[in-house]
Amino acid sequence: MIIGIDVGGTHTDAVLLDTLRIKKRAKVLTDQKNLIESLTAVTEKIFIGEDPGDIERVVLSTTISTNAIVQGKTDRVGMILAGGPGLPPEMLRIGKDTHFISGYVNHRGIRVAGTDSGEVADIAGIFERENIGHVGIVGKFSTRNPGLETEIGDIMGGRFRHVSFGHLMSGNLNFPRRIATTYLNAATWETYSTFVKNVMDYVGRMRITAPVYILKADGGTSGINQSVGYPVGSILSGPAASIMGILSLTHSREDAIALDIGGTTTDIAIFADGVPLLEPLGMTIGGHKTLIRGLLTRSIGVGGDSRVGYEDGRITIGPERDGPAAAFGGPSPTPTDAMILLGLTDIGDREKALKAIQEVAGYLNRSLDEAAQEVFGLTCRKIISAVREMLGEVNDKPVYTVHEILKGKKITPTIVYIVGGPAGPMAPYIEKMMDVPSCVPEHSEVANAIGAALARTTTEVTLLADTEKGEATIAEEGIQTAIPRGFGHQDAMEMCMKTLRNRALKMGASEDDLDMEIIEDQVFNMVRGMGYATGKNIRIKAQVKPGLIAGFGQEGSDVRQ
Amino acid sequence: MSDSKKRTGLIFFPAFDWAISPTHPEREERLLYTQDQVFEEGLLDLDNIIEFKPGLATTEDINRIHICVPDAHSVITQSHLISAGGAITAAEKVMQKEVDNAFALVRPPGHHAMRIVHGARGFCNINIEAIMVEYIRHKYGHKRIAIVDTDCHHGDGSQDIFWHDPDTLFISIHQDGRTLYPGSGFSDEFGGPNALGYTINVPLPPNTSDEGFLFTLDNLILPILDEFKPDLIINSAGQDNHYSDPITNMSFSAQGYALLNDRLSPDIAVLEGGYSIESALPYVNVGIILAMAGIDYSHVTEPDYDPEATKQTPQTSRYIEQQVAAIYDLWKGRTSRRADLLLKGKEYLHRDRSIFYDTDMISEHQAETVRICDECGGLITIASEASTGNRIFAIIVPGRGCPACRKRGEDIFGSTGKGLYDYIYFQDRDRDIFLVK
Repeated sequence: MIIGIDVGGTHTDAVLLDTLRIKKRAKVLTDQKNLIESLTAVTEKIFIGEDPGDIERVVLSTTISTNAIVQGKTDRVGMILAGGPGLPPEMLRIGKDTHFISGYVNHRGIRVAGTDSGEVADIAGIFERENIGHVGIVGKFSTRNPGLETEIGDIMGGRFRHVSFGHLMSGNLNFPRRIATTYLNAATWETYSTFVKNVMDYVGRMRITAPVYILKADGGTSGINQSVGYPVGSILSGPAASIMGILSLTHSREDAIALDIGGTTTDIAIFADGVPLLEPLGMTIGGHKTLIRGLLTRSIGVGGDSRVGYEDGRITIGPERDGPAAAFGGPSPTPTDAMILLGLTDIGDREKALKAIQEVAGYLNRSLDEAAQEVFGLTCRKIISAVREMLGEVNDKPVYTVHEILKGKKITPTIVYIVGGPAGPMAPYIEKMMDVPSCVPEHSEVANAIGAALARTTTEVTLLADTEKGEATIAEEGIQTAIPRGFGHQDAMEMCMKTLRNRALKMGASEDDLDMEIIEDQVFNMVRGMGYATGKNIRIKAQVKPGLIAGFGQEGSDVRQ
Repeated sequence: MSDSKKRTGLIFFPAFDWAISPTHPEREERLLYTQDQVFEEGLLDLDNIIEFKPGLATTEDINRIHICVPDAHSVITQSHLISAGGAITAAEKVMQKEVDNAFALVRPPGHHAMRIVHGARGFCNINIEAIMVEYIRHKYGHKRIAIVDTDCHHGDGSQDIFWHDPDTLFISIHQDGRTLYPGSGFSDEFGGPNALGYTINVPLPPNTSDEGFLFTLDNLILPILDEFKPDLIINSAGQDNHYSDPITNMSFSAQGYALLNDRLSPDIAVLEGGYSIESALPYVNVGIILAMAGIDYSHVTEPDYDPEATKQTPQTSRYIEQQVAAIYDLWKGRTSRRADLLLKGKEYLHRDRSIFYDTDMISEHQAETVRICDECGGLITIASEASTGNRIFAIIVPGRGCPACRKRGEDIFGSTGKGLYDYIYFQDRDRDIFLVK
């Protein structure tokens, strides 16, 4: 049996899956001040009468790091940046404890200026005097040569609670994002590792011996113990849980749109041939652009409880939410009230909904029915226009080869999956307006917990082999190794795939779930002087792609009641 | 530097799967390290730098400016349509005011491609700036346009295309043609009879450094631009004046390039040459992008930059000062010089030229005739014969062509039989007509 738990902003949901059946489900209100409390409360509900020995895996999606960042409850972080030429340092500073040092690495990964150990020791001294226990060390192009960062780390010694290294955050290039990611990682490390310890204590008390996983923003899981060094991996896993839930309830194989229509917001995601798209570089959180691998989602301020506002003789929908719908005692008319009035749903107090929509009808000088239609129609149209805009951006993403420009693969959704409260009433309308069939999966109210329960372990590695330098690096693993002159494309592929495999297994993947693929593959001849080929520059990125664990996600494997 | 931020469009197309040949300077690897640097600096995350996907140029876009022999498709690859399309996209974003300025960081380049195209010369097949310029005029109406070509090689293709066009000011600063390909671009190359003074060449001696380039900019280029009052300024942004470039001999730096772009403030920049792909291009391009976007570029320097080692000699400085003064006098005296020419009372001016296509090893002979005209750039006819065996005759009615020149052109096209020629072309830019017989 599998336990899936989703600690959401409002509710914490849990499901107990017995092979393909939802054996039990439970829901409690989330106590944001004490997530462990919510977690244990919901787990106890589904765990009563079960044998701990029957549990095969436990997966948790939590907002612990997200909350810490969004609420600013993070630790002070001492940052050491090795930037070299480029943007002015002022644009790179993050927090008041940022220090710049003189060493740096260039785009080839060649160390242009070495570490000045006195300089680093002085900064370490400042951190100590200031009682800073968490440190981030980030170099420009450190993914091409992690040596400078680790050397700085060595000089700093074991004097600090935690040190986060830029090159371990991601293999992608982007120094400002690497800085932000490393900073957030160091800033949430203490909170997150305490949380993990509490979870494991609890799991121990419950005598559960099955592996425990944490859901990441990219829709994949990581073993909880292995995730301690990388707390930012679990930020914003909420939308990922919902998308993976849709995947598990629909076994999608096509280009598709997924909509999670909630009270305040609607989250939009895109599937290409059934695989959810990832953010090209990384997630954005609390105003920070990062390198955290995450599913591509767009959130718009339109939902069932959005406030209907008035502007220049017209109505507006959201982005504010004043409270629940009027039908549930809220202060303002909302799309939910319109749906009640149109007979699309029979929840809440119809009288209160009617009163609220009367106000809208008065403003528009239209009949009650027309006003309700207008509110409902505008809500759907706003969602659809956001979908179209997002699709446009994805399809217009710049590419850098003649082949890709001419091939011009475009995503053409053939189905729209809709979950969330208003999914049922809205689906027929959205289907008609988009001219694409819609589908409201069953059990979508616990989609998040199911998504978490069934998500496989994902990860990626980025290899750069420079045979002129005679060196290969895989930043995420901190690998920097000598390669022979004859090292070729095939060798690079093998090295990359082997490293990916080991990394995934280390993170808790099972052999059956290693759905690996190459996502970038480029080989350049390096030519110097008057036309001498001096080596090859090989760049390969590979991932275990987001998906469901073996036995799920195939035809006939829908999760049932 | 200017302290106000601008919205800058970036069209980045490194053509990672296109090369002239595997070890040619114009190969897949050329913009690889530039891409790395631009990505690592996180420039595309900045609010005021917006990346756009290049469009594809069309045959009509090419035929508006070139006479390709026998036709456009025979002399280009898809990659050329994308790099020209990238330049057009840059122009569109600026003209539509989506951005304040734009940089087409694209390859392959174009500024050695002349009006008649029998093949590739100087790594160029079609002239992407010229195609962009005529696209702008075609779509947005008549514009006075200045092209400042800062490639180390004389922009002989652009010069050829705009030689007779008084509405396009073409200024090329480059390494002296006595010491570098294509061997032209002397200060007495000054424009055709109807556009005298609207082609300006500033040959600079080898080892000219930042000081010399910026002196020329401040004391010659900017004053001339002030007087010409263009609607648009385009920088043909070659980057091979860099001190580390393997095929040239100049001493310009990334800071110098950034300062130049900051002061020139082009509406559109289009990448041309630049073959120091590792030591120069990553820094030069980041410098140019930051300068265009109005962001502090003072920290963009090459790791090995040594201002003392690249400093030009006092003799070089003096020589450049004299050059600049002499060329500025030429510009000031352009009207009286034209009067001198016309005093000879000719109706047509004729020139014979040999053109060599170094990349494709083709030689061409051209006999060009231009009608002396006070109203427009003048009707042009060109008889061209290339070592490929192709012989063609082209009749070109200039942009804003006067009725007399147009009528004359139409008559010639109507009355000229194919005879010795394989093809006869008629190009009328204003009416967007391109005919072949």
